[in-house]
Amino acid sequence: MAVKPQDLMTPGATDYKYGFHDVEDYKYKSGKGLTVEQVEDISRRKGEPEWMLKFRLRAHQLFLKKPMPTWGADLSGIDFDNIHYYVKPSEKTETSWDEVPAYIKDTFDKLGIPEAERKFLAGVSAQYESEVVYHNIREDLQQQGVIFLDMDSGLREHPDIVKEYFGTIIPPNDNKFAALNSAVWSGGSFIYVPKGVHVEIPLQAYFRINTENMGQFERTLIIADEGSSVHYIEGCTAPVYSSDSLHSAVVELIAKRGAHLRYTTIQNWSSNVYNLVTKRALAYEDSVVEWIDGNLGSKVTMKYPGIYLMGEGAKGEVISVAFANTGQHQDAGAKIVHVASNTTSTITSKSISKGGGRTSYRGLLKVHKGAENVKSFVRCDALMLDEHSRSDTYPSIEIDEDQVSIEHEASVSKISEEQLFYLQSRGLDEAAAKTMIVNGFFEAFTKELPMEYAVELNRLLQLQMEGAVG
Amino acid sequence: MSTTQPTFLIEDLHVSVEGKEILKGVDLAVERGEIHALMGPNGSGKSTLANTLMGHPKYKVTQGRALFQGENILALTPDERARRGLFLAFQYPVAIPGVSLGNFLRAATRAVRGDALTAGAFRKELMEKMQLLKMDSSFAARYVNDGLSGGEKKRAEVLQMALLQPRIAVMDETDSGLDIDALRTVAEGVNAIHTPEMGVLVITHYQRLLNYIRPQFVHVLVAGRVVKSGGEELVEQLEAQGYDPIIREVEAAA
Repeated sequence: MAVKPQDLMTPGATDYKYGFHDVEDYKYKSGKGLTVEQVEDISRRKGEPEWMLKFRLRAHQLFLKKPMPTWGADLSGIDFDNIHYYVKPSEKTETSWDEVPAYIKDTFDKLGIPEAERKFLAGVSAQYESEVVYHNIREDLQQQGVIFLDMDSGLREHPDIVKEYFGTIIPPNDNKFAALNSAVWSGGSFIYVPKGVHVEIPLQAYFRINTENMGQFERTLIIADEGSSVHYIEGCTAPVYSSDSLHSAVVELIAKRGAHLRYTTIQNWSSNVYNLVTKRALAYEDSVVEWIDGNLGSKVTMKYPGIYLMGEGAKGEVISVAFANTGQHQDAGAKIVHVASNTTSTITSKSISKGGGRTSYRGLLKVHKGAENVKSFVRCDALMLDEHSRSDTYPSIEIDEDQVSIEHEASVSKISEEQLFYLQSRGLDEAAAKTMIVNGFFEAFTKELPMEYAVELNRLLQLQMEGAVG
Repeated sequence: MSTTQPTFLIEDLHVSVEGKEILKGVDLAVERGEIHALMGPNGSGKSTLANTLMGHPKYKVTQGRALFQGENILALTPDERARRGLFLAFQYPVAIPGVSLGNFLRAATRAVRGDALTAGAFRKELMEKMQLLKMDSSFAARYVNDGLSGGEKKRAEVLQMALLQPRIAVMDETDSGLDIDALRTVAEGVNAIHTPEMGVLVITHYQRLLNYIRPQFVHVLVAGRVVKSGGEELVEQLEAQGYDPIIREVEAAA
């Protein structure tokens, strides 16, 4: 059974309601929001090849036609007329440090983020200089034939590879925000790892300095060729200030036969941001794809990293955490599609809501006809820290085959009086006790992070927990 | 005159749980260095006393006081009591998933002892005390009471006691659920960490733990009151005759 990814990605072929697939609405009143001229302008400024311009323009049409998804979080606050779709890097640097809100600066202080990095994170300047480190890593990677560039440079320097894969995993017609990203994308990472090459150190977006990796409409494409391995890390625990209220990224991953691809993200957008991200991976024969996905901050996040297990023996794992504080809705989860036999998947989702915040787990698990001997384990746990907070679970399971083993476990809990009493009896005050329980709750995620990230995340959770008492 | 008042003095303690009075006027005094045993039949209020002394919010004190080095601790939070030097070894230690015993103990040690041990110095002390309790060093990486056997949990409780070095330790049925080998290990551990500075109140239903941890004072709790106090001979009397004669005695007096 040869299933082409393109077939799977066409809406209608896999018609699941949590996959951002919406019925197209042809009654859309055009003329508002993003214009054709703006899209052409972006492409022209970047000096792109003709096919990319066409790709953008087609995506733009789809964006205008597609309805807003209504099955998830409340997106009614998004005003498409009031968004900068493309900001030149030179304009970005003009943002003043003084404009960064005090609470963001305060958090930088408490996290102990160095001054230069703070400014970078705040979008103030592109002068976060770890040039030497970056340079050394880049040389080492080049010797192995690894390509690690921002997406714009990737398109310029490796047009053939980009053309072959770009938009094949998440086509513009996937959903309104994928269409928007496809029309106006800028920045993001492009990584190609040649056959058999093992990239020993995690590739971090920070290494790509002086580029637009903090863009609102970033576009990332990672190809791990046969037998290779790579770990990509994006984002950090520090809050990222954005004056624009919409972040809509598209991330496409391909793990070829026997490859191991891990993608770690921690996102902590400022609380004005709608974070609507489409992430999807294809995992071929005997390959492993792992999404390690942390969502803090933002006003609304909708993000469901997906893995299509295309080849026999492929494994997929999604480990995600979400923390929703006052005024925030984290609607996150995972999507696993077993296309081939003998494939396995694991989803671990942990969410915490506090101070009236809301978390939703939304998951899809699908087993195609003909995919035999499939194993899947889904575990989602929610922790609510007070009576005002909310947590929902929306699991969706579609099985078209008999020879499958599916386990789904879900729990919703509160911090128990007995746990608090136990920890307090050992001298920890109530806030410290709660923080310890919360850190423990996220441990399944934290232990997957490089040490410095884990430490930062725990410190951040501690900050989020301040004021949890009384 | 600090010498006239015992380290830990419980006076006329009345406690209710969900509106029902369980303790009906408990008096008890524990001096540093002493080992006391509190024995009693099921339902007599032993665990209520232990949890009340540590400050569990479910237990409401309606009368009486508990003076710890002269200070009534009953209004303090559990963590404040712990930092004063009170310790409770739990009958049913609670699991804290995802939190390693090592990290937990480091935080607790820092909070209670107030000393800022370096990671290395703490680890050294932790390993020494684990050895004392015949615990494998890998135990430090296990999650607190999560998926541990009954014996492992009780050993972990004594390990905490060893590190926190309390002035007064209340041990709530530390023997329950232990086989004889585990019981001996745990008891030997307690004896090893017991110092002249530490008062211990061992709460138990049975005599067997007291074969290893030898109390100088024995009290019998029946229906929420300490009805009899004596020396070690009381343990043997209870072992031979059970609680019935004492219960009858109390009923007759009432």
